[in-house]
Amino acid sequence: MTPSALSIPDETGHFGPYGGTYVPEILVPATQALAEAYREARNDPGFVSELDDLLANYVGRPTPLTYAGRLTAHLGGARIWLKREDLCHTGAHKINNTVGQILLARRMGKTRIIAETGAGQHGVATATVCARFGLQCVVYMGSEDMERQRLNVLRMRLLGAEVRPATSGSRTLKDATNEAIRDWVTNVHDTFYIIGSVVGPHPYPMMVRDFQRVIGLETRRQLLETEGRETPDALVACVGGGSNAIGLFHPFLDDRSVAIYGVEAAGEGLGGRHAATLTKGSPGILHGAMSYLLQDDDGQVELAHSISAGLDYPGVGPEHAWLKDTGRVTYRSATDEEALEGVRLLSTFEGIIPALETAHAVALLPELTRSLGRDRVLVLGCSGRGDKDMGTIAEHV
Amino acid sequence: MSRLRERLVAASTGGRKAMGIFVTGGFPSPDASPGILRAIDAGNADFIELGMPFSDPLAEGLPIQQASERALAAGASMRHTLEIAAGFRSGSSTPLVLMGYVNPVFRYGVDRFFGDARDAGVDALILPDLPPEERGLVAGAAERHGIDLVHLVAPNTPDDRVARVDALSGGFVYAVSITGLTGTGLGTVDAVSAYLERIRPLVRRNPLLVGFGIRSADDARRLTASTDGFIVGSALIREIERLWDDPDLDEPTRLARVTAFVTGLRP
Repeated sequence: MTPSALSIPDETGHFGPYGGTYVPEILVPATQALAEAYREARNDPGFVSELDDLLANYVGRPTPLTYAGRLTAHLGGARIWLKREDLCHTGAHKINNTVGQILLARRMGKTRIIAETGAGQHGVATATVCARFGLQCVVYMGSEDMERQRLNVLRMRLLGAEVRPATSGSRTLKDATNEAIRDWVTNVHDTFYIIGSVVGPHPYPMMVRDFQRVIGLETRRQLLETEGRETPDALVACVGGGSNAIGLFHPFLDDRSVAIYGVEAAGEGLGGRHAATLTKGSPGILHGAMSYLLQDDDGQVELAHSISAGLDYPGVGPEHAWLKDTGRVTYRSATDEEALEGVRLLSTFEGIIPALETAHAVALLPELTRSLGRDRVLVLGCSGRGDKDMGTIAEHV
Repeated sequence: MSRLRERLVAASTGGRKAMGIFVTGGFPSPDASPGILRAIDAGNADFIELGMPFSDPLAEGLPIQQASERALAAGASMRHTLEIAAGFRSGSSTPLVLMGYVNPVFRYGVDRFFGDARDAGVDALILPDLPPEERGLVAGAAERHGIDLVHLVAPNTPDDRVARVDALSGGFVYAVSITGLTGTGLGTVDAVSAYLERIRPLVRRNPLLVGFGIRSADDARRLTASTDGFIVGSALIREIERLWDDPDLDEPTRLARVTAFVTGLRP
């Protein structure tokens, strides 16, 4: 019998060979304390009800499951449903996780919050919950990303966060993460690091996944109401670090009839500069965990490239690495150009301007819906809205 | 007993504090590196800690980050670092410790790495992002090829864990002086001293060496009151940067200053 996909990671945070706690000694007691605090919190009805209340009355959950009728008719295949994380407070799924982590930070008595951000959505979601609870907030962001996501930098500052530029390496998400970890090493006594994706050392990949599972759990319930069935024929979501994808996928992993697709950023094409870590990378260790990694023959981390700052990362969550190796999830990729076409498709047929990240998943719809056929059901994780990307989109369209 | 342990015991028996000197392999350039190792040796270091450059060195402050970047930009590679080690070993019996992040080792192939390191005359390995919890990734290969795996403790490491690190560590136990990055200030020396006094009786199997933020003989004297020795890295990296960026200095002068700098670190 195949063991349940829901039973991992193990006690030490390993998903098969992936995951783990590859961190400097200073962070070992911190990650252990966090794992213990999280274990207690999830079994504490007080914590669970406070989180549920925030999700309902602050984040705006449940988010709708919207039938994409015109797009379905246009593509002529499977019925397309959109899980609308773009309608969450702050415009993306990221806040599902930051409300959970800030409650833990308070529980642990931490007074200072740090975060890394790529597109700025996680930075905004972190700055938002820090404002909500009155905690000091420092967000590290690559200086190149600060340029292309100026609007989110302004939002974070308005929310009272300090945005610190990461100026080393590629000046994007990878480098912002390095700086955030260095800050954590230095200020570990009073600082809580709110990681924005299912990456980093144990317990982050498991904990962030658990906070994002609400996406898939609601989808099951909503499908039952609308389609009369709990499971779709296919799921598709974009994968950078992979938190919105794992949140949608995880409650369906044991339902073998559900075909699951993760879409990575192929950038300029898989032969050129890209961010398709699972498609083109190899196993390696970065930012505290073993997973797939874009790296050269000498084990140096390579620069990723994507038009979408949120996917521009040379690593990926360790659970995705495991799901790739076991074959449970099929990982595909979409280029910058295909993503822009995805933006156009969802905007013109459904009146929903998706984030460039989300648009990578949209790009796979024509092929997937046609191969599935008319009587089938597909759910797309609509992870975020495209307002933040209008500058980039305007440059290219 | 390994060559590294013999040297540390000899220092202790002779009433001296052991001095380890860190330098990044291939820094400031692959060509300059072998001479710098010899110059450090001439300054009577008890062992040399040779850094394997990595693109994302998480525990490092700016000096070692920048040294790593500069070495990689100048063409440094794992193969080259091992060649530097082998070249040094052919002319010296001073123990050699490699320090670096786990990904390049993993990518090289763990068993192949330890075999090649052994052939290059390397005595021990420090992987700051591989805590005891994950040592299974390399411990078997380290044992097979006779290379000591040095583990670290930090000011926030609980007592029972310090004892466990000591039980697993080979060569010595590396006490990180502060909760912070390499090359940053030591903060209040009283706090560092209290921490080192706390862990001293817990480390029984291995010599205890302290590193991070030690810039001078004075620092070294203060921090070795309850340890067996000390390690200096970032301060020398900064010195090398100054020397090699000064166009008015010739190579022999630069190397002589490296030797003098190292000699001057002895308390």
